[in-house]
Amino acid sequence: MSTQVPEPVEEESSAESVSPGKQKRDQKKRERAQRIQEQREAEAAERARSDDDTYHLKVFRYDPEVPEKQEPRFDDFYVPYKQGMTVLDALMWARDHYDSSLTFRHSCRQAICGSDALFVNGSQRLGCKSQLSDLSEPVRIEPLPHADVVKDLVVDMEHFYDQMEAVEPYFQTNSLPDGELDEQRQTRENREKVKMSTRCIWCSACMSSCNIAAGDNEYLGPAAINKAYRFAMDEREGEDMKQRRLEILEQEHGVWRCQTQFSCTEVCPKDIPLTEHIQELKREAIKNNLKFW
Amino acid sequence: MYEHDVIVVGAGGAGLRAAIAAHEEGADVAIVSKLHPVRSHTGAAEGGINAALREADSWEDHAYDTMKGSDYLADAPAAETLCKDSPKETIKLEHWGMAFSRDEDGRVSQRPFGGLSFPRTTYAGAETGHQLLHTMYEQLVKRGIKVYDEWHVTRLAVSDEERPEDRTCHGIVAYDVQTGNIEGFRARNGVILATGGLGQVYDHTTNAVSNTGDGVAMAYRAGVPIEDMEFIQFHPTTLPSTGVLISEGVRGEGGILYNEDGERFMFEYGYANNAGELASRDVVSRAELTEVNAGRGIEDEYVHLDMRHLGEERILDRLENILHLAEDFEGVDGLVEPMPVKPGQHYAMGGIETDENGETCVTGLYAAGECACASVHGGNRLGGNALPELIVFGKRAGHHAAGKDMEDARITTGKVGDYEEAEIDSPVQLGEVGLGEDVAADGGATAAASGSELVQQAVDEERETVEALLEKDDGIQHAEIRERVQKSMTRNVNVFREEEGLKQALGDIREARELYLDVFVADKSRTFNTDLLQTLETRNILDIAEAITLGALARNEFRGAHWRKEYQERRDEEWLKHTLLSWNDGNPELWYKPVILEGENKTYEPKVRSY
Ligand SMILES: Cc1cc2nc3c(=O)[nH]c(=O)nc-3n(C[C@H](O)[C@H](O)[C@H](O)COP(=O)(O)OP(=O)(O)OC[C@H]3O[C@@H](n4cnc5c(N)ncnc54)[C@H](O)[C@@H]3O)c2cc1C
Ligand code: SF4
Ligand code: FES
Repeated sequence: MSTQVPEPVEEESSAESVSPGKQKRDQKKRERAQRIQEQREAEAAERARSDDDTYHLKVFRYDPEVPEKQEPRFDDFYVPYKQGMTVLDALMWARDHYDSSLTFRHSCRQAICGSDALFVNGSQRLGCKSQLSDLSEPVRIEPLPHADVVKDLVVDMEHFYDQMEAVEPYFQTNSLPDGELDEQRQTRENREKVKMSTRCIWCSACMSSCNIAAGDNEYLGPAAINKAYRFAMDEREGEDMKQRRLEILEQEHGVWRCQTQFSCTEVCPKDIPLTEHIQELKREAIKNNLKFW
Repeated sequence: MYEHDVIVVGAGGAGLRAAIAAHEEGADVAIVSKLHPVRSHTGAAEGGINAALREADSWEDHAYDTMKGSDYLADAPAAETLCKDSPKETIKLEHWGMAFSRDEDGRVSQRPFGGLSFPRTTYAGAETGHQLLHTMYEQLVKRGIKVYDEWHVTRLAVSDEERPEDRTCHGIVAYDVQTGNIEGFRARNGVILATGGLGQVYDHTTNAVSNTGDGVAMAYRAGVPIEDMEFIQFHPTTLPSTGVLISEGVRGEGGILYNEDGERFMFEYGYANNAGELASRDVVSRAELTEVNAGRGIEDEYVHLDMRHLGEERILDRLENILHLAEDFEGVDGLVEPMPVKPGQHYAMGGIETDENGETCVTGLYAAGECACASVHGGNRLGGNALPELIVFGKRAGHHAAGKDMEDARITTGKVGDYEEAEIDSPVQLGEVGLGEDVAADGGATAAASGSELVQQAVDEERETVEALLEKDDGIQHAEIRERVQKSMTRNVNVFREEEGLKQALGDIREARELYLDVFVADKSRTFNTDLLQTLETRNILDIAEAITLGALARNEFRGAHWRKEYQERRDEEWLKHTLLSWNDGNPELWYKPVILEGENKTYEPKVRSY
């Protein structure tokens, strides 16, 4: 069915010191394993055949370590379709039934852990949130662009995390109430204002879609700027802190790099109005009379 | 080998809180987690955090609700600790900037939840867990706490004295997912397990794919008793196709359940004449399945949850996330049609036996969060009681491990004092089937030596195990074994349980164990080898499935989430006790210890649980 990665040929282990009883048991085990595997493959093939609705996936493969996979390529998988199936479901099916070495990050299956952002049919999406039925075939699945590929669909996230951490991504306030049971009051309007910005799941789709980030490795990028927005606009943080945040954002590789191309806003699976937030911060920076780059 | 004072395994709510607490006490602390912290499953929690914050409410009322909700299987000292500490821990999150929903006067909002006598569930829209997880991770970054992310912990380094109560935990062994290196982590003061849920034992679950119960299984195999494993919570409102959760907040806000005939069955058929949809989770789950079994289910599978009458404004304000989930995962617009729902595995009330300070019977080994059993939830957890558990017990475990003086615990751990051995009537031989001779296995304990030597020894063994797995070039793949167990558990150890089914499940698990002897990893790469990691996780799934099923077979009564066809009533004379299971070198031993119903000022007398 699929283009399998050729298995590295392994030496038969030497059987000198193994008792005949054990050899026999091992032989039986091997036979059973083979039977089960064949059954499974046959079932998978049967399902893929009998179902009119079979989805054709073209999946990017690369592994720096396995000689056969060092040259990047695309593998074809045919996955039987079930109502409601997502790109992630299809990848899992392909992995569990055809090629267990197919590698991708995933966990929650419900668009909240942010680990399965992929490049699907040419745009950044969460695998778990993308219905196969919305996509044209063959469904082309690649790792996020502008990031180093670790293996198959897994990319290196370090740079993204570094940028997130560069904006002092934690709440800072000087006016905590004294009592450990006393809240800092916040108006509903203010909570509403920061609400969308707090929804970021660190998937990195926005960063991957951004031309500027692709060209300027130091650009903070939409997610980190949005993270800073989340605090800068929170009324509980106070004016002097806001000043400091604007200074961070206003540096050479901060908000002024954004050229309002909206690609980040388009791909964000949490519908965060990223470009708008960046624009608003630019206006705040001007109000504060800070420097342009 | 890496070395720190305190090592926290897992970076969900419990792990993060524990690390921050240990850091507060001046310890050199590090987190080792198989997922980057913000990917942890705590992020998926929707509904809220229970905390008695208002004047008209009190921690005593919260404790009463918790004991009643547990069907009198929670230990009062643990439940009272939870309820007493929750308000200040919840407000601490607010002080750290967490974006809670707000009332008109700017205070944090609270809402009603199932089984609560006061609307004390504090929330942030329908994304409370996401806000909590990120807020706590921010605090971690602020403090510069070291995180080893994408490191999969595979084994504990525990000394091998005969009795688990005499053993000490010196560290852990972990597998670097990116490079394939296996390394030791020595913990000078203690290891805190915060590895979360075990929902992957079932095939229909609200839990993440990574929730494979690793911590519970590792502790179990190192000799630590695991407690009340048969108590698995099934959440009444999960989406039928994926198991994605529709928060209890929907019913809290007034959502209504209907059967195929359009009847409001919770009242119509008398399942809960007072609380209706807001009865506790076990009650509602059974009601739904009874409807389906009686032929009143929709497509013979599910029922409807309707929130249309709440109006768009209220839904958008408080349940917006639910609209997205229903739309993305079931293609249903919750504003114009009812949502399909059915029960799904959701939470493990049981876990690693700890006291109310988070300590296990093994010196230097702690557990907190969903992997632990203190026990605050007993037979049934109230919605909104898990998130406070993370912050309350996460903090306590962190403090304790870092050496802070704590009040003596009232709960005892390990096989000491008042316990009772049980006879196991199992249809199959339990536990280990030569695992260890062929492939992955760990008896947990290694020979006594200095702390570092002991960790190194564990590392060497683990390297051998992994080598052996990678060398094997044919056999059965983990996915096949995993699927068999998951299907059997869903069929036989679900909301309704019968003796025959439970025995069938034990047989299936036994068979899966035998197949596991022949497991092989097709991917030979050292880089990001998820095939290998899932193979190791599958081993944990086997041990946990067995523990759940065995406990369920032995407990011949009906309590909380544990319903038995042959025994449809609670039997307090015999069963006011915790199930414990110890792994003695591959031979599971079942034993019991009494429940503590005496609280600080009162004793919680078991009453009929009606809603
Ligand atoms: C969908 C959903 C909704 C919920 N809603 C609510 C709610 O509204 N209110 C409420 O009170 N409770 C709720 N709960 C329950 C609550 O969210 C969980 O019990 C809780 O979040 C578990 O937190 P944790 O820190 O124990 O584990 P998790 O958040 O699951 O974290 C586990 C951590 O352990 C790590 N880990 C696991 N195994 C290993 C290993 N082998 N090596 C290294 N690291 C490992 C993982 O990487 C992860 O970081 C909900 C649960 C679900 C599933
Ligand atoms: S802003 Fe949106 S696209 Fe960017 S990381 Fe956050 S959730 Fe992903
Ligand atoms: S699997 Fe978590 S976001 Fe998709």
